[in-house]
Amino acid sequence: MKRSEFLKKSLISSAIIPSFINGFSVKALGADSPLMRALQLPTTETDHVLVIVQLQGGNDGLNMVIPLEYFSNYVNARPNIFIPEDKVLKFNNYDKVGLNPAMTGLQTMFNDGKLKVINSVGYPQPSFSHFRATDIWMTGSDSNNVINTGWAGRYLNYEYPNFPNGYPNSSMRDPLAIQIGSITSLTLQGPAVSMGMSISNPTSFYSLLNSTPDTAPATPAGKELTFIRQMAQQTQAYASVVKSAANAVTKQVIYPTSNSLGDQLKIVARLIKGGLKTRVYMVSYGSFDTHANQVNALDKTTGTHANLLKNVSDALKAFQDDLQYLGIEDRVVGMTFSEFGRRMKSNASGGTDHGAAAPCFVFGKNVLGGVLGDTPNIPANVTVADNLPFQYDFRSIYGTLLSNWLCVDDNSLQQLLLKNYQQLPLVNTASCNKVNPNASGINLITNYPNPFTSSTTIAYTTAGGHTLIQIIDGSGRVITNLVDKEITTAGIYSITFNSGALPAGVYYARLQNMALQQVRTMLKVR
Amino acid sequence: MDRRAFLFPKKTTLQTTITAPTPSTGLTIYTGTFGEDEVIHLLKRTMFGAKKADIDYFKTKTVSHAVDELLNPTAPLPAPPVKEYTDTTALTQPDTNIAAGTTWVNDYNIDGTIQSLRRASFKKWWMGLIINQDRSIREKMTMFWHNHFATETNNIGNGNYCYKHHTLLRTNALGNFKTLTRAVTTDPGMLVYLNGQYNTANAPDENYGRELQELFCCGKGIDSQYTETDVKAAAKVLTGWRNNASVMSSYFTSSIHDSTNKQFSAFYNNTIIQGKTGTTAGNLEIDALLTMIFSTQEVAKYICRRLYRWFVYYDIDATVEANIITPLANILRTNNYDIKPVLSALLKSEHFFDTLSKGSQIKSPVDLVVGMCREFNVAFQPDTDYVTNYGMYNYLVSWVTNMQQSIGDPPDVSGWKAYYQAPQFYEIWINADTLPKRNQFTDIMVVNGYTYNGKKVIVDGSEFAKTLPNPSDPNALIDDSLKYLYRISLSATLKAQIKKDILLSGQITDGYWTDAWNTFIATPTNTANTTTVKNKVRDLYKYFMDLSEYQLA
Repeated sequence: MKRSEFLKKSLISSAIIPSFINGFSVKALGADSPLMRALQLPTTETDHVLVIVQLQGGNDGLNMVIPLEYFSNYVNARPNIFIPEDKVLKFNNYDKVGLNPAMTGLQTMFNDGKLKVINSVGYPQPSFSHFRATDIWMTGSDSNNVINTGWAGRYLNYEYPNFPNGYPNSSMRDPLAIQIGSITSLTLQGPAVSMGMSISNPTSFYSLLNSTPDTAPATPAGKELTFIRQMAQQTQAYASVVKSAANAVTKQVIYPTSNSLGDQLKIVARLIKGGLKTRVYMVSYGSFDTHANQVNALDKTTGTHANLLKNVSDALKAFQDDLQYLGIEDRVVGMTFSEFGRRMKSNASGGTDHGAAAPCFVFGKNVLGGVLGDTPNIPANVTVADNLPFQYDFRSIYGTLLSNWLCVDDNSLQQLLLKNYQQLPLVNTASCNKVNPNASGINLITNYPNPFTSSTTIAYTTAGGHTLIQIIDGSGRVITNLVDKEITTAGIYSITFNSGALPAGVYYARLQNMALQQVRTMLKVR
Repeated sequence: MDRRAFLFPKKTTLQTTITAPTPSTGLTIYTGTFGEDEVIHLLKRTMFGAKKADIDYFKTKTVSHAVDELLNPTAPLPAPPVKEYTDTTALTQPDTNIAAGTTWVNDYNIDGTIQSLRRASFKKWWMGLIINQDRSIREKMTMFWHNHFATETNNIGNGNYCYKHHTLLRTNALGNFKTLTRAVTTDPGMLVYLNGQYNTANAPDENYGRELQELFCCGKGIDSQYTETDVKAAAKVLTGWRNNASVMSSYFTSSIHDSTNKQFSAFYNNTIIQGKTGTTAGNLEIDALLTMIFSTQEVAKYICRRLYRWFVYYDIDATVEANIITPLANILRTNNYDIKPVLSALLKSEHFFDTLSKGSQIKSPVDLVVGMCREFNVAFQPDTDYVTNYGMYNYLVSWVTNMQQSIGDPPDVSGWKAYYQAPQFYEIWINADTLPKRNQFTDIMVVNGYTYNGKKVIVDGSEFAKTLPNPSDPNALIDDSLKYLYRISLSATLKAQIKKDILLSGQITDGYWTDAWNTFIATPTNTANTTTVKNKVRDLYKYFMDLSEYQLA
C-alpha cells in the first residue's frame, strides 16, 4: 500500500481532535497504530545509505592523486618523495591525474565508473591544527566560527526530529547512524544528543569486532563488574537489532587481512545487508600524519604512506565488491575525507607538513565517475609556505550528497549546512523521490511558524515539575531562558519567542523537564 | 586465516560468572601502605564519592588517624530545612506565618498540601547535606540508619515528623545502637509508620513489636530464634503510646497500656517482663524489653552483618562470619553497643584493605549521583541562594528516585533490597531499566547539565582535569582520571585506543594534545581551541562514566 493511501484509509472514522500534523487532523492513537506508524516515518523516504570514511591525520593528497598535468613542478616541489611518473596508476580516458601505485583497487573502481575524484577540496582560511581542522570538517563550520553540532547529526535531527524521545519505534527500530569506533564523532552530534551509536563499546558489541573487553579479575569486584557488563549488553537499546542484522549475513567476499578499515567496512556491509535502516555509517582510519619518512628512499612507491593508501584502496575495493555480491550496490554511496591535505613542498625529513586543500573520493555504483575540477597546479618556484588553494568547498560535497543522494528537500539544505553551497555532479539523482516533510517520534516541543522572520510560538509538553525552555544559537550559546519555572499541572503550554535583533540563522529551542530533554530546530529568515 | 574462519568469524563471549573468594584476613590493624589507592577505597566506602581534595588531605595521615577523623565529625549538626516552597492561596491552612527562607520544622500545620511540600523540602535539604558533606562518615551512617530503621515519608505523611525522625538518626549516627533503638521506639514518625500509635491493650497491633525483633535487632539468621509469642508479648509491652501532633511528640497513656505480665520464650531465657501501671509504665517496660533483647548474642551479630554489607561486601561466608562478624559483635557488646569502636575496628582492618575487598560494591544510586557531583566538584550556588539550590537538589532527588533509591522512601520497612536480598544483593541496583538511566544521568550532567532558576549545574571535565598532576600529557590525564574515578582500571590497549580516538582525534602524536591543552591553559580566550579541548575532555569523561567499571566503588 502506498503511504498516501495509508493515511487516507486510517483517517476514515477518526474522531477529530485539535491536533494537526501537516494539516491532517488526527486522533490520538497508539504508537503502533497504522496511522501513527505512517506518521512516524522519517521526513524523507529513501533506502539510501551514506558511508563516511575519515582518513585521520591529514592525508597527503598530492601523493595520492598525482598531478600528471604538472608533473615537473610536482617533482620540483617534492624531490625526495615524488612518485615516479611511470609508476603512477593511469585512468582510462583521463590523463591529467593518476593514482598512487598502491591504489590498484581504486584504479579499477575508477575505470568501472564507480569512483569520483574531486580535486582540491577545502575551505577559506584553512586551519592547520588537527583538532580544529577536524572539528571544522565534522561540523561544517566556517573557519572562524565554532559550532557544536555535526553536519550529519543535524541531518539526522532533521529526519528524525525528536530523537531519542520515542525511539526506537515501530518504523525506526534501528540506530540512526552507526560509527565503528569507540566513540561517536562530532560528525554525528545533534543539537541535543549524539544521533549515532558507536559499536565498539566493548561491553555491548565486542563480538562484532572479534575483540574482547578487558578481562575481569577473579575477585568480588570482578564478579560485580562481569554482572554489570552482562546487563549493559542486554540493555543496549539497539543491541538486538544490530546483532540480528549482523547475524543475518553469513557470507561475504574476502576482505584484506590486517586492514582495520577493511574490518570496519565489512561490518558496515553486513549491517546494511542485514536490513538495518540506518542511513549513515562512519568509519575511520589512520594516522596519515606523515611528517617524516613517508616513502622509502630507495623505492618511493613503497613506505608508510603507500601502506596506508594500499589499505584504503584494498578496503574500499573489497567493500564495493561485497556490496555487489550482497546485492545492495544500488543503495550505498561513500565518501572519504581528511582534515587537511599536506604541504606542496616536502620537508627534509622525507615527509610533508600540515597543508590545506586535498582531493576527496566519492564512491559507489550510483556515482557519476570521473575527475571533477582542474588539476592542482603547483608553482614552479614553490616555497615551504605555499599551500594548495581550494577549488571546491567541502560543504558542497555534503550538500550535494544530502540533496542528491539522501534526497533532502532543497529548501531544507540551508538549515542543515547553515549556508547555501554550490551543488556538484557527484551522484545519479534519479532515485531520489522527494516527499513532503513529516513528523516522527514524540514531539515534546514544536514551533510555528518555522521558518520565522521575527517571532515564533513554541508549544511544549511538560510532565509537570521544573520546566525550562532555552533558546540556543548555532554555536551553543544560550540566548535566553524563555521558561524556567515549576509547572504544577502536566500538559501542553505555549510561549512566544521574539527574536528581536538576532541575526538570521539556525536556533534551537531546548526543552528540559527533569530527566527529559528535547531540542527543536528553528530557522530565522529575513 | 583460512577461508572458513573468514566467512564464519569466531564468536567471542563475555565471561559469564566469576567465582570469587572472600577475603580471609581478619580484624588485625592494617599495616600495609596507606597510599592513594587505600585512601580512595576508604573514602568511597565511608563517604559519597572520593573527592580529590579529600584524598589529598587524608593521604598524609596514617590509617588510624584517617579513620579516627572520619569517625569523629567536628561540624555541628546542620541547620534545619527552610521554606523554599510557595503557598498557593486555596489551602485549608496556608503557612504564611513562616517567612520564606526560615525553617518550617517547628510549625504545626495540618494542611495536606503543606505537609506534602514539607516532605519534598525535607528531601531536597537532605540531598543538599549529602552533597555538601564534611570529611566524615556521618552522611553514610545517617543513610545506614535510614536503611536500617526504614520509614517512608509518604506513609508518615507529616513532614515535621519526617524531619524529627531523620534528626534522631543523624544525631545518633555514631552513637549507641541501643540508645538509638530506644529513641526510635517512641519516635512519633515510627509510631505512625508501624502503627505504634494504635497499639492498645484492647486492640494490640504487633507491627512494631515484630519489626523490632525481625528487622531492627535480631534479624532472620538461623540463630535468631524469637517466636510468635515473643512478637505478641513485645506488642503488649509497647501498648499505650500516642502522638500529639500539635507539639510534635509522643506521649504515654497508661489507661490503654496492657499492664499484664509479658512472658517471653526460651530465646530470651523465658524472661517475664512485669506489667506496670501509672505514667512511668511505658518507659519502664520498654527499657526492660530492650535490655532483654540486647542481652542476646544475636543482636550484635545482626547489626555487625548489616554494617559489613554496608561498608565492605555482601557475601558473608563462614570465614567472614568467624573472622569478622563474631569478633566485631564481641567488640560491640564489650562497648555496650557503642557503634564507633566497631566501625573503627572494621575500617582499620586488614580485611577492609584486603585486595579482595576493594572495588566490589556496586554504587547505590545516591553513591552514583552524589559521588559524581562531588568527585567532579560540581559547583552549586552559595547557601544564600537556597531557592536555586533546593531546585537543583530536587533534580538529583528525582534521579536517585528514578534509579530506585528514593531517599526518605525506601520500598518498605526492610529498607533497600540491595542490602539484604540474597543472592543478588547490590546487583539488584542494576537492571534493564536502571542501568540505562545511570548512563543517561551522567551523559546529561556532562553534556548539558541542569538549568534551574537561570543557574546551571554541570560536570566541567576540564576543570576536573586541571586538578590532576599532569593533564597536558594525555597518558597521565587518562591514568590519573581513572585512578580517581574507577576501582578497576582499564587495560593498556583500551587506554591507548581511547587516547587515540578521543584525545588525539585519531592521531598518534601525544604532542598534539599537549599543545592544545597548554594553549587552553595559556590562552583560554582562544575559543576554537578551548572548545576543542573542553569537548575532548567532556567526551573522555562521558565515555569513562558509560563503561561498566564506573558503577563500582
